[in-house]
Amino acid sequence: MGSKKNLLLIVIAIVVFCLPLIIESSYYMSIFIVIGLYAIVAEGLGLLMGYAGQVSFGQAAFYGLGAYAAAILATRCQWPPLLCVCIAPLLPSMVAFIIGRPILRLREHYLVLATLGFGIFVYVLFKDLGTLTGGPSGLTGIPYLNIGSLTLVTDQQYFYLVWGALGLTLFGMANLTRSPIGRVFKAIHTSERAAEAVGIDTASLKLQAFVLSAFLAGLAGALYAFWVTFISPSPFGFTSSVEFALMVVVGGLGTLWGPVLGAALIVGLTEFLRWAVPVALPNAGGEFEIIFFGIIFVLIMLFRPKGLLAIEKSSVAMSHPTTLRSTDA
Amino acid sequence: MLGSESQYVQYLFSGLTLGSIYALIALALVVTFNITGIFNLAIGEFVTIGALAAVTLRDVGCPNVLAYILAVIVAGLVGTLMERATINPARKASVLTLIIITIGVSIALRGAALLIWGTHPHTLPAFVHAAPLNFLGAVLIPQSLFVLGLAVVAVGLLFTFFDFTFTGKAVRAAMMNRTAAQLVGINPARLSLFAFTFSGVIAALSGIFITPITTATYDMGFMLGLKGFVAAILGGVTNATGAIIGGVLLGVIEAFAAGTLPSGLKDAIAMIVMIVVLLTRPTGILGER
Repeated sequence: MGSKKNLLLIVIAIVVFCLPLIIESSYYMSIFIVIGLYAIVAEGLGLLMGYAGQVSFGQAAFYGLGAYAAAILATRCQWPPLLCVCIAPLLPSMVAFIIGRPILRLREHYLVLATLGFGIFVYVLFKDLGTLTGGPSGLTGIPYLNIGSLTLVTDQQYFYLVWGALGLTLFGMANLTRSPIGRVFKAIHTSERAAEAVGIDTASLKLQAFVLSAFLAGLAGALYAFWVTFISPSPFGFTSSVEFALMVVVGGLGTLWGPVLGAALIVGLTEFLRWAVPVALPNAGGEFEIIFFGIIFVLIMLFRPKGLLAIEKSSVAMSHPTTLRSTDA
Repeated sequence: MLGSESQYVQYLFSGLTLGSIYALIALALVVTFNITGIFNLAIGEFVTIGALAAVTLRDVGCPNVLAYILAVIVAGLVGTLMERATINPARKASVLTLIIITIGVSIALRGAALLIWGTHPHTLPAFVHAAPLNFLGAVLIPQSLFVLGLAVVAVGLLFTFFDFTFTGKAVRAAMMNRTAAQLVGINPARLSLFAFTFSGVIAALSGIFITPITTATYDMGFMLGLKGFVAAILGGVTNATGAIIGGVLLGVIEAFAAGTLPSGLKDAIAMIVMIVVLLTRPTGILGER
C-alpha cells in the first residue's frame, strides 16, 4: 500500500517535471501555472473548510493582499523580489489573525456572509486606494523574480517555481493532517462541541487554520504578481473567492489532493468553456460561458455534494451530518 | 451651491429611495430564510431578470403596464423553476451545499442575462413625466415617490396577507417554528415553492421600479442582492419588520456616507455595516437574542 502510493507520487512528480519540456504553447503553460497558483490557495482553504470545518468566501482578498503587498514592496520600496515573496504573505496572515477570532465565532450562513463581505470590502479598497494600489488600472512595472543571479523570465521557469511551491505545500499539508494537530482538526470538523468537551481549544485552532490559509493565499498572490508583472483588482474579486471555495468543495472536502483536482478542473473548465461556447454560439459576445459554469456546479452539488474525491455514495452524502450542519443551533 | 441642510435632505431622499429597494429585497430574503433555512444568493439575479424582461417586452410592443406585469410573472416563474429544479431536490443537503447551489444558479442566470441582453445598460421610462419637485431646497425625482409607494404598498399587502389569509398564516407559522408548523400539517415543500416565487415577484418589482433611476444592466442584481443581505442582517434575519427597517437604514447610511466619502467606497460601507453588525450583534437590531 505504502510503496504503491510512493510510486504514484513519483510518477506524478515526473509527469509534472516533464510537462514544460513537452508543452511548447505558452497558452497551455500559463494555464498550468494558474492551476498551480490556485491549487496553493485551495490547499489552504481546504485546510480551513475540510479540516477545521469553517468556510471562507473571501479568500481572493488574501490572494490579492499577497499580490499587492509583493507588488508595492517591489515597485515602490524597491525591495529585492525574493524578499518580497517571503514578506508579502505576512500581510494577509496578519489581517487574518486580526479578523479571525471574531469572524470565526460566526457559524454557517453568517460566516459565509461575513467572509464574503470582507472579500468585497478588500476588493473595493484595491480599486479605490488609487495612490497606493494604482486603482482600477492597477500596478505595472513589477520586476521579474530573481534568485541570486538567476532571473526568472520564462513561463517554464515560473511553472517550476509555482509547482515547487505547491509540492512543498502538499508535503506540509500531508504531514500536518497526519499529525496530532491534524486529527484535532478532524475532530473539530466532526463536532466542534464534542471537541471542546474533551478540552480542545477550538477557537485558537480554527484561528491557526484561518491564518495558515491566508498565508498560502498570500504566497500564491505574491508569486502571481512576479509572474505577470502587472496586477489589477479584477482577479481578486468575489468571483475568484467563489471559485476558490468551489475548487475545495468540488475536489472533495477533507482530502489532500481534492483542492488540486478542484483547481485543475475549474481552471480547465473555464478555459474549455471560453473556447467551446463561442464555437457553438458564434454570434453572441461577452463571457456568457459562465451559464454553463453555474449549471455544472449546481449539478455537482446536487449529485456529488461531498466532491469528486469523496468516497461515500452521494445518497449518503446528501444527508451527511459532518459538514456545516443545517441545524438551528 | 446647496446649503448644508438641503444637502442633508437630498441625501435622505436618495437614501430612502434606494433603501426602499433594499428593504423589499431583504424582506424576500427573510421570508425565504425563515421558511426554508436558505439564504438565496441568487435573488439579485431575479431583480435583473425582472427589469430587463420588462425592457424587452416593451421593445416588442407591449404596453408599459402589461410589460411590467408580464416581467414580474417571468421572474416569479424563474423563482419557481429554481426551487423545483435545484432547491427541492437538495433540501436535505448541508448549508454549504445549498449556498453553493444558490451561487451556482446566480452565476448561470447572470450568464443568461449577459447572453440575452449584452453588457450595455438598458433603461425604462419614468412612470410619469413630471418635473422634479423641490422640497426644502432638495430635488425629489417623481420616480422616487413611486419607489417609496411600491415599498409601502408591498409591505402593507404582505402584512395583510400574513394576518388575514390561511396561506399567509401558514407562512408566518413556518417562519416562527418550522418543525412545529410541519407537525400541524403545513407542507414545507409548498411553502418553499411559495418563498422562491414570492422572491422572484418582489425582486422583479424592485428592479422595474428602480430602473428608470439607475438604468439596468445584466449585472445590476449582484450588488443589489448583496445590499439586501446587509439590510436583512442589519434588521435581524428572523424578523420581517427588521428587514424593512434595516433596508431603509442601510440606504440612508449609504447616502450620507457617500455624500461625504469618495464615491467608490459606497459599496465598501455596506460591507463594513454588515461585518460590524455580524460581529457585535449578529441577531440584528430587531432579532431575538
